Amino acid sequence: MKHLLTTKELSREEAELILEVTQQMADAVAGREVPKLPALRGRTVVNLFYEDSTRTRTSFETAAKRLSADVVNFAAKTSSVNKGESLRDTALTLQAMGADAVVIRHPAAGAPQRLTEWLDGAVLNAGDGTHAHPTQALLDAYTMKQRLGGIEGRTVAIVGDILHSRVARSNIWLLAKLGANVRLVGPPTLLPKDIDEWPVDIGYDLDASLKGVDAVMMLRVQRERQNASFFPTANEYARLYGLDERRLALLPDHAIVMHPGPMNRGMEIAATVADSPRATITEQVTNGVWVRMAVLYLLLTNGEAR
Amino acid sequence: MTDLLIKAADLIGKGRGDVLVRDGRVAEVGSISAAGAASFNGTVVDADGLVLLPGLVDLHTHLREPGREDAETVYTGTRAAAKGGYTAVCAMANSYPVADTAGVVEQVAALGRAAGYADVQPIGAVSVGLAGEQLAEIGAMAHSAAKVRMFSDDGHCVSDPVLMRRALEYVKTFGGLIAQHAEEPRLTEGAQMNEGAVSAELGLPGWPAVAEEAIIARDVLLAEYTGARVHFCHVSTARSVAIIREAKARGAKVTAEVCPHHLLLTDEAARSYDPVYKVNPPLRREADVQVLRAALAEGVIDAVATDHAPHALQDKQCEWAAARPGMLGLETALSISVVALGGPDAVDWDVLAERTSRTPARIAGLEAHGRDPQPGTEANFTLVDPAATWTVVPEDLASLSRNTPYAGMRLPVTVEATFLRGRATVLNGKIEEETTE
Repeated sequence: MKHLLTTKELSREEAELILEVTQQMADAVAGREVPKLPALRGRTVVNLFYEDSTRTRTSFETAAKRLSADVVNFAAKTSSVNKGESLRDTALTLQAMGADAVVIRHPAAGAPQRLTEWLDGAVLNAGDGTHAHPTQALLDAYTMKQRLGGIEGRTVAIVGDILHSRVARSNIWLLAKLGANVRLVGPPTLLPKDIDEWPVDIGYDLDASLKGVDAVMMLRVQRERQNASFFPTANEYARLYGLDERRLALLPDHAIVMHPGPMNRGMEIAATVADSPRATITEQVTNGVWVRMAVLYLLLTNGEAR
Repeated sequence: MTDLLIKAADLIGKGRGDVLVRDGRVAEVGSISAAGAASFNGTVVDADGLVLLPGLVDLHTHLREPGREDAETVYTGTRAAAKGGYTAVCAMANSYPVADTAGVVEQVAALGRAAGYADVQPIGAVSVGLAGEQLAEIGAMAHSAAKVRMFSDDGHCVSDPVLMRRALEYVKTFGGLIAQHAEEPRLTEGAQMNEGAVSAELGLPGWPAVAEEAIIARDVLLAEYTGARVHFCHVSTARSVAIIREAKARGAKVTAEVCPHHLLLTDEAARSYDPVYKVNPPLRREADVQVLRAALAEGVIDAVATDHAPHALQDKQCEWAAARPGMLGLETALSISVVALGGPDAVDWDVLAERTSRTPARIAGLEAHGRDPQPGTEANFTLVDPAATWTVVPEDLASLSRNTPYAGMRLPVTVEATFLRGRATVLNGKIEEETTE
């Protein structure tokens, strides 16, 4: 593994290795007086963020610092033809500065892959357009493993705006690879064309789709999508696809409720559901740090000196 | 200067013969008379083993001049054309300034004459500034020295049905036609590649096939209603072919072109996120490629047109979404047309000549082009080696730009020579530097 661009390109062994190292990271740091490991001392990790995402950037920064890496935050303007420096020039600059790893968040799908052509260092995709967000999927998988005791054979419903969701895409490939059954649920307007070619089941009726699931993953839905007629109103969306207490009761007792954040309370998830003990939302955030430590560690050390 | 004797060429795949050219026109064909041979004092080209074709005619070339001379000029673009076997190209209107006035189209035509590598027939804009609101001065362009017959807002669809109707009606007065870039704009807002399983996976907003098909269906109806001629640029989907087939069966005055890249590449290429594969309309699925090939062989699709679209490096060395759409085509179109029509051993050279030369010349109204060698016709020919192969090396292309999607690909058939009115623009596979007539 030289880069982490998508979960689709990971082999099952690589994915399982990341989850295993994630566990080791959590065990190694938890309970320490100084929660820091020396593994990446002297290495430079650049956070190259073309989108505002305090959550993800902070998570990566925390992960890198707990591994004793030097962290540089490079907040960049959205690259379009006429404004700011081109992605290639930024890459050449980071290359010249000797970045060991670049964590990139970019609004254009495929930007991290382009970056690998211009940089020698490891590229870690922290979300590119509506394409992929592999560390989110890995932290979700880790959370499921913790809560459900495993992933193989479990059924996961991913609900909402699949069309615009990189989180959904990354989860689909990873969960399918790890042996889970994936159900996508949402209005047809928010499901991509031709996804019947994907390893998933498709449902339009949320009540029916919740039967027998082990985890339900609610995706953030932007209210503004109603302006482009993806759904008539936010209220109608919430009625048809929001997870409220009535629907929570339809879930099997052991099933968990996940959300990648940030949430629209009252839209895709009711406040009481978000705050219920079955919701794993804050655990997901904690696990995010362990997963990102594991990935940075594996990419920068090739897993040596473990 | 323009006396020429081409010896022992396979004339459009129909048998060997000589072609004697005097003053840029064909004097004799077949076996040359003793008198003809005795009085000949010009260039002799041994074409043994080569196929002679009428010079290729491109209905769809972006020469980028005026405005983007950093990507291509009329000079470099027509050199690329000659290298690809072309003797005439139709220059699209989306220059800066837009070719929406007599002044701009005359300038482009004059630059073509000055370069001397291929006849440049300007295409005029349908609407002022390609904005799709108000008709450009179509009559002034038609009656200008550039004699524009074909009008197109290419790059943009004439999506307003009223404007399209008026344009179709208006060009009837001088036998003109509208070349439509069929793309319903509301269905393609933000679109980056063909909509389907691959775009869904890559997270790139999809360009649905129906956005092309809906406009083609509408414009077929408008053409029939107005009795006018419509030509469809870069047809890319199987369903578009079906609509055009039905329209032709009813007798509608409809013609259509297909681009080489839509005959060879698919949306799978986008997986690299390398924007050299970004083009509008986008690369489609394998099933579309197969239908387009069959339609070209059959003649439902009338012509191969390159949509040669040079772009500066920085417009392709970037994120997919930030890149400009379009790819080079002039120097590879002949080879890919041969592939699409069955490969060098199986291709019917007469069909190839029909789709790459005679029919496009007829559509564009270029009477001196697309002619088989007959006494009296202008000597606009290309000689190709059907047995040769070549590898596409971007740096070796004559175009000023490098955005070919075929880099490293091994292709059949090389252009050995191109003649414009009997004068070699390419000889022994090399561009001639002296082109003044």
